[in-house]
Amino acid sequence: MLAFIVRRLIGTVAVVFAITLLVFLIFFHTPGVDPARQLAGRNPNPDTIKLIRHQYGLDRPLPVQYVILMKKLFISRDLTSYSNQGLKVVPAIAAAAPVTLSLVFGAAVIWVIVAIAMGLAAAVLRGTVWDPILMVLALIGISMPVFWLGEMANLIIQSRYHDSFLFSWIPPLGYTPLTSDPWMWFKQLLVPWLVLSVLYIGLYARVLRNSLLETESEDYVRTARAKGISERRVLLRHMLRTSMITFVSLFGLDLGVLIGGGALLAEVVFGLPGVGLLTYKSLTSLDLPVIMATVVYGAIFIVIASALVDVAYAYLDPRVRLA
Amino acid sequence: MSSPGASDLLLEVRDLRVSFRTEDGIVQAVDGVSFTLHRGEVLGIVGESGSGKSVTMMTVMRLINDPNAVFEGEVLYKGRDLMKLSQGEMRDVRGAEIAMIFQDPMTSLNPVYTVGWQIVEQLQAHEGISRRQAQSRSVELLRAVGIPNAETRVNDYPHQFSGGMRQRVMIAMGLSCNPDLLIADEPTTALDVTIQAQILELIKRLRREFDSAVVLITHDMGVIADVADRVNVMYAGRVVEHGQKSQVFYDPQHPYTWGLLGSIPRLDRPRSRRLPTIAGQPPSMLALPDGCRFRPRCAQAFDRCAHEDPALAERGSGHLDACLLTVEQKRERRAATVRPAAAEESA
Repeated sequence: MLAFIVRRLIGTVAVVFAITLLVFLIFFHTPGVDPARQLAGRNPNPDTIKLIRHQYGLDRPLPVQYVILMKKLFISRDLTSYSNQGLKVVPAIAAAAPVTLSLVFGAAVIWVIVAIAMGLAAAVLRGTVWDPILMVLALIGISMPVFWLGEMANLIIQSRYHDSFLFSWIPPLGYTPLTSDPWMWFKQLLVPWLVLSVLYIGLYARVLRNSLLETESEDYVRTARAKGISERRVLLRHMLRTSMITFVSLFGLDLGVLIGGGALLAEVVFGLPGVGLLTYKSLTSLDLPVIMATVVYGAIFIVIASALVDVAYAYLDPRVRLA
Repeated sequence: MSSPGASDLLLEVRDLRVSFRTEDGIVQAVDGVSFTLHRGEVLGIVGESGSGKSVTMMTVMRLINDPNAVFEGEVLYKGRDLMKLSQGEMRDVRGAEIAMIFQDPMTSLNPVYTVGWQIVEQLQAHEGISRRQAQSRSVELLRAVGIPNAETRVNDYPHQFSGGMRQRVMIAMGLSCNPDLLIADEPTTALDVTIQAQILELIKRLRREFDSAVVLITHDMGVIADVADRVNVMYAGRVVEHGQKSQVFYDPQHPYTWGLLGSIPRLDRPRSRRLPTIAGQPPSMLALPDGCRFRPRCAQAFDRCAHEDPALAERGSGHLDACLLTVEQKRERRAATVRPAAAEESA
């Protein structure tokens, strides 16, 4: 198991290197595009372009350019936005990351717990009316886009019925750091968590139900029943355990994508200053340094998440530890 | 084996019927099967795929949880009717009193737990022992079924074992709570021939050591010849012949049994051009023929077979069969057609 983790970590470092290389080539060496001109933002003056060309070493060989960029991203962290008047990009991402992490992890906790409960319930109650009811609910959840559901929630909670006893305790949109006021942090994020998790609850409940029903016909489940252990134990220890393998691999990918900027829509709708919102703003103003940095940030999180998934996978399924 | 007294009666199945409602109609998978089993005895159940042999024993274990299945009849185990037990009471029987091992050892163990964990789980479900005790008992069990380095192998996962070794693990698990009855559902079918022989040898040895009765389900007459005391021959959901092994092998009464015996390749006879087979297919359980169910495939069929459905009964041979021919006709025709194991002795 330990050997597996070490192997997987080395792989992760290699993948991150490959991604930074790719990002560098795309942003700096797309044929026919002058990177200095692009980095300078809209309507730059010629002096800025000259300065950028010097700062990024664009007149020097490729490997040197790559090293300078990496130094600016990871070591000196002084990558600067030109369209946004000297915004330091890396600190901006570092400030936005906790918001996104709070949003995504909170939603993930909710969706994992509710999806497991719903998937289990639907599988156990197969043959009754509850199974189709739960699955239709799941389908409705999948069908509601987060921006629509978020706006509806805002409309009801923040404006229409905000003064009613139900919602008056919910603070206005925004983000309060966990470290400064945990209770406020929780109250402000609760609605975004629920809204973001609805889609995933539906998706994961359906996936889990199907893999539980597939597992039901496995020979080892029959063996478990023949052993005379309780039906509850057969369900949780034998069927759920093996069904979690699919669940976990899906989870890791979705988590990585969301942290890497995929929560953009939820962040915009709820006015949360996270990485998604940062990316969104930089895209609208074509702020290349920020876009570049958020792409690298997102990629790193996706790679880390998929490495964690592989470790969890190896824990859940001993057969992959050797592979 | 000496014939056991009535007090040794362990299992008595009375007129068991199992049917499944399907879209095409009702499938009568098991149609009035009755048999008895005594302590320490080995009963072989032999028949083609779909003859109802597995369904019969799965029903005894109450392991069929298909909502479309309908069960009738009695399964008396030590005088208690298993069909009437609650799920909770049945769980105390399963694994502790009656254990079952299955055909495919490659898929019958849970891939994500060590074999030791899986044996411990069963031990702890039935016997109030600590985890540590259960662990050391599972090592003993693995050693008893002939797994080398049992103390380290106990922590290995199923995929780290070969097919034969996995079947040994299944047997160890089956025997872990000293069951009085072990049901082995084609335990050797998925294994190659040399491993088959080892597993059968193991079952014979353990049956002596653990003093369990065994029901051995198979389609292989060779396996029956090796380990069984008594034999049930099943065809299309019914028992068509029943007797001591020697009776069924040396004086087979039912033409279906002749066919099964005739289709065993033999090394002690000159090789025939082709291995004899039983012509045709087993009948569809949705459209059973009138009269005797074996009639469409039977070379000996005569006019009575078309409208008379023969019951399993003693018909002058000393054991039970379900064929309308007289004993003399059977012995004569048998010798002339399929040359069963000892046709020359009885001729």
